[in-house]
Amino acid sequence: MANDSGEKPETKMLDELEKGPWPSFVKEIKSAGQTSASAQDLLRQLELSYQEKKGHWKHGGLVGVLGYGGGVIGRYSDAGDQFPKVAQFHTLRVNQPAGWFYTSDAIRTLCDIWERHGSGLTNMHGSTGDLILLGTGTAELEPTFQELAQAGFDLGGSGSAFRTPSCCVGMARCEWACYDAMKLCYDLTMAYQDEMHRPPFPYKFKVKCAACPNDCVAAIARADLSIIGTWKDEIQVDESAVNEYASAGLNLQKDVCDLCPSKCMAWDGHKLSIENHECVRCMHCINVMPKALRPGKERGAVIMIGGKAPIMQGALLSSVLVPFVPAEELMDTLKELIRRIWDFWDEYGNNRERVGELIQRVGLPVFLDGIGLDPVPEMVSAPRDNPYIYFQVAKDGEK
Amino acid sequence: MTDTTSVPIEILAEEMYQLVADCAGKKNLKPGDLTKEMIAKHGPACSKDDCKKALRILIDSSRCVYSYLGGTYIQLPPKPGSEI
Repeated sequence: MANDSGEKPETKMLDELEKGPWPSFVKEIKSAGQTSASAQDLLRQLELSYQEKKGHWKHGGLVGVLGYGGGVIGRYSDAGDQFPKVAQFHTLRVNQPAGWFYTSDAIRTLCDIWERHGSGLTNMHGSTGDLILLGTGTAELEPTFQELAQAGFDLGGSGSAFRTPSCCVGMARCEWACYDAMKLCYDLTMAYQDEMHRPPFPYKFKVKCAACPNDCVAAIARADLSIIGTWKDEIQVDESAVNEYASAGLNLQKDVCDLCPSKCMAWDGHKLSIENHECVRCMHCINVMPKALRPGKERGAVIMIGGKAPIMQGALLSSVLVPFVPAEELMDTLKELIRRIWDFWDEYGNNRERVGELIQRVGLPVFLDGIGLDPVPEMVSAPRDNPYIYFQVAKDGEK
Repeated sequence: MTDTTSVPIEILAEEMYQLVADCAGKKNLKPGDLTKEMIAKHGPACSKDDCKKALRILIDSSRCVYSYLGGTYIQLPPKPGSEI
């Protein structure tokens, strides 16, 4: 069956987006449209948007589920009279399991719930990390929430809240993991339930846990508080494996040493030597020679602050707050640090001001003083970049 | 001597509700604004945790609701039948 009118949507412009070898969201919405009338109206409204070069969504408002201030993003069509099935098309954010691991049973359960109460369209996963359920009416929000809760799922964060923490697959699948990112993500989620469901802050606060400096969850670019795995000692080297790479044709000079950002590696044709104190943990060499090099044995994480994507102001990358915390001390350190950061932000943050923007406004020294941390050299965001200070290699005999 | 007896949570909730009601249609208040107002009014007799509990009473009883207008605010619930 098509929709109430029985007519398939005319989607001349959208059809162009089905061409080519790559996946197409239009194709997927059309597929959903075979059983969902709201998916059909969604196509019709989108076609109109392409024709008029104008969006037809309004978002925000008062929608939600009882007791929660987050997890539901109100969305309304300003062309609801033309497309009644998407007049209300709210989004639900469902808190994802750490590392995005589901059983197929769990996914079936989620999809069944969503087909009963919503459009059937999902986004797995949104850039927030949550599982996104796209499109339902206000009256269906509470019943959907109740069914999700009975199936063991909870809503995630939205608005001026502690947003659903997310993490990479960490120790579950990755040999580079320097700490258990999935466990930390779960522990943080459980520790800050109140701040996630009852938005208390000047604006959003995101935490992402990456288990190694490859940063597969883009914590450094997206999270207000980035927890990125690293090591304190020396890169572990298997010399015979290094030679195997060289024998197999890898150009160690060109592909490894020359691309090292701090030029801390040298290859003499037989032996790879590393100045570990110059290493900036970029992971390039380890990624190129995974069988020969490994992160060090003294593992933990660096805690960084201030990252964000551009919304109110421009994008910011996180900068170092605590250079190294041993893996086993991470949760306790984070709890104390987060408490102090929130206290300072609550007190001095402007409305809709992210932590990174606050730090830019008041300055890092004031922020550090406010949260009771001493400055350390690793906090310098662009070392050796000051044109008034020259670093030179000491000559023989000079101190 | 300063009286440091805690203000009962129910009283805080009522005062917060009045603040939201007085500002309805004029100014949007964030949860932090309500907390700061209460602490300014009662001093050490009122803590952030107390305000959190008071706000919870208002939300759980549906006397106030969260709204999203670029950020999260506390508002009175919409009147029945009103379009949001």
